[in-house]
Amino acid sequence: MIAETGQFALILALLVALVQGTIPMIGAARGDRAWMDLARPAAFAQFALVALAFAALTTCYVTSDFSVLNVVQNSHTDKPMIYKISGVWGNHEGSMLLWVFILAIYGMAVAAAGGNLPPALRARALAVQALIAVGFILFILTTSNPFTRIDPAPFNGNGLNPLLQDPGLAFHPPFLYLGYVGFSMAFSFAIAALIEGRVDAAWARWVRPWTLVAWCSLTLGIGLGSWWAYYTLGWGGWWYWDPVENASFMPWLAGTALLHSSIVVEKRDTLKAWSILLAIVAFSLSLLGTFLVRSGVLTSVHSFASDPARGVFVLGLLVLVTGGSLTLFAFRANQLKGGGLFAPLSREGSLLLNNVLMSTAAGTVLLGTLYPLFADALNLGKVSVGPPFFNAVFLPLMVPMVVTMGIGPLLQWKRGDLAGALGRLKLAFIAALLVAVGTWLVAGGSSGPLWAAGGLAIAAWLFVGTLVELAARIRLGRGPLGDALERLGQLPRSAWGMTITHASLAMVIVGITGSTAWKSEHIQVMRPGETVNVAGYEVTLQGTEDNIRGPNYSALRATFIARKGGDLVAVMKPEKRMYTQPPRPTTDAAIHTNLLGDLYVVIGDPDGSGGFVTRLYYNPLVPWIFMGAVFMVIGGLVSLTDRRYRVGAPLRTARAAAAAARG
Amino acid sequence: MISRRLTTASFWFLAVLLLSLSWPVLAVQPDEILKDPVLEGRARVLSKELRCLVCQNQSIDDSDADLARDLRVLLRQRLKAGDSDQQARQYLVDRYGDYVLLNPPFKGGTIVLWVGPAVLLGLALLAAFLFLRRRAAGQTMVEAAAQPLSEQEQRRLDALLKDDKTP
Repeated sequence: MIAETGQFALILALLVALVQGTIPMIGAARGDRAWMDLARPAAFAQFALVALAFAALTTCYVTSDFSVLNVVQNSHTDKPMIYKISGVWGNHEGSMLLWVFILAIYGMAVAAAGGNLPPALRARALAVQALIAVGFILFILTTSNPFTRIDPAPFNGNGLNPLLQDPGLAFHPPFLYLGYVGFSMAFSFAIAALIEGRVDAAWARWVRPWTLVAWCSLTLGIGLGSWWAYYTLGWGGWWYWDPVENASFMPWLAGTALLHSSIVVEKRDTLKAWSILLAIVAFSLSLLGTFLVRSGVLTSVHSFASDPARGVFVLGLLVLVTGGSLTLFAFRANQLKGGGLFAPLSREGSLLLNNVLMSTAAGTVLLGTLYPLFADALNLGKVSVGPPFFNAVFLPLMVPMVVTMGIGPLLQWKRGDLAGALGRLKLAFIAALLVAVGTWLVAGGSSGPLWAAGGLAIAAWLFVGTLVELAARIRLGRGPLGDALERLGQLPRSAWGMTITHASLAMVIVGITGSTAWKSEHIQVMRPGETVNVAGYEVTLQGTEDNIRGPNYSALRATFIARKGGDLVAVMKPEKRMYTQPPRPTTDAAIHTNLLGDLYVVIGDPDGSGGFVTRLYYNPLVPWIFMGAVFMVIGGLVSLTDRRYRVGAPLRTARAAAAAARG
Repeated sequence: MISRRLTTASFWFLAVLLLSLSWPVLAVQPDEILKDPVLEGRARVLSKELRCLVCQNQSIDDSDADLARDLRVLLRQRLKAGDSDQQARQYLVDRYGDYVLLNPPFKGGTIVLWVGPAVLLGLALLAAFLFLRRRAAGQTMVEAAAQPLSEQEQRRLDALLKDDKTP
């Protein structure tokens, strides 16, 4: 009954979305206010219905209703409750329902918060959103229905892949989807603006908060996934340039470019067509990411060909959305004449360069990810495109980008003074030089230091450069300190957002450099009582316990004692688990962090004569990668609370002032 | 092999999580490690660039698949026999094709791949350059004419101005 309610609600949501996708659009074309205004209640209704469907599926999971095929395939009564819930989106069908649910949440948010939007723009944007929903709900109902029943119902389910029974991974997909689907907002507004043939500063201001929300979520989602990979996969790697990772990284790059170009639209009324194009590209890459992982095309072209129903549907949707919107763009882009002119050396110019580099980076990742598929399809032979390729082409793009990030914010709008900006950056230059030389001296002799010195130097350049910009903004050192501090307090939140995110990128660069250059690894057989030295730590295997019982696994648990100069630093208990349903082994690394680096300990198989294979790593600076990601998200959120987005706030102030004047 | 071990559903699951399909594994085993640290170091560097042929985008250094182990051992045998890095790599390419290289070689089939990023960058820079030049040629540094207000905006403006006069 509950499953049927869910399915019925989803069918109703499809019908509502159909209405929402057409009537307001026609209304906007005719200038019929009543037809346009239908979009808002429809968006609410669509949200309510999809939420009902999602709640129905969640209920089936929570109550372990094994008459529903999807629950049977992905759940088990022994699973802890949190993984029963995360199991809802832990499979193809459920995750698509989550996709549609998040789309409906965004639609409702626009309907609720978009009171100050021009009615026609709002109607068209909501209609475009609804049309996307139509596509995806149809996809679910025709190829991937999570509510299908099974008869007779089995006694218990197949369980969830133990790798995925992890808190980091439970919340990874929702954030990722909040990001992916969030770009649909920028897309819908872009299409609405193209239909109207009008893009202005106000448009950029309406779109920016949604793009920021999407960007923050995607950053967090990618960060969570990377963190999970780091502590689960057992050797401390955090990024593999795997196609599925790339699928989420491409929209991130395009979204980052969009965030920066929309600043130019908002402040200077130019780069309009380009920003519209980026909005289309960011969402198209999100759809492409969905296609890549949904269709099976990544596993092999052949698995795609053998069960193509889903893949062909998403591919069709991708072609329709991307092709349709690019066609519309081709017809309308020339109407989007920009206003503000600028010299190449200016704030706009630096943001343009950011866009050039970011788009090239996104294109490069796309090329590398799809190339093996093309090569296979065109009979150019089987090719592997792995980390060495991506590192080789990505680095030359990112270095000029980070250099520009230091300079750009110090340039004025319209026409910047490069010599002046560089003069101010003297401090950053000196810092970079000192760090480079220092790294060279301290870490000299090992194989990595030359480029590692470069990596840390460029991070120092960015970090100090960002602080220099902050100091320049509050005119620190020119005039009394108190005035500068006051100006610091009055800085707009968006300025803080930039400072925080740019500085956190410097952190991430430090983390990437450090962990790649100075990781140390010790693989050996240890017997209880034996000690191994790892990067200055004495790590002793104290003992092991077998048959530790978890809720749905049994484990071998080892106890390691880490000491430094004889002093106890940490007691570490890595596990090797065997899950009961499905029966699979996982390793549970023990990590001790001091924020400068992680001691990372993994217990492996017994060697049959009382010893165990152990893997001990010291991963220097890895925590900076994840802290950097978190600060990046915080920076984005701070920017999101900027006064100019607090809808209605200026209006209220004006009214209060008017009331005060009257009183 | 890994994908065969996974059920279809959990494969989808893994896939949507946009994460590597790597198994939580113990890749290089202690018994494989060569006594000579220089040789072992070379083996590790090399094996990070060699693909485990039955895995999804994993190097033989990361993978616990049996084949990956065989390749690691084979690679070390070649190095011990006195092969240079290039010879050892070529030995595997001769047997498994370019597919075994995670760093695709520059040749006919991969020209687009290797030249592509530079072309993309060139095109993007060219587009930016043309944009700037066209703008500079079309108008000197004068503000372009503001867009006229739409009818609706004009009405709103009138209403606001009228509002302003009332108090």
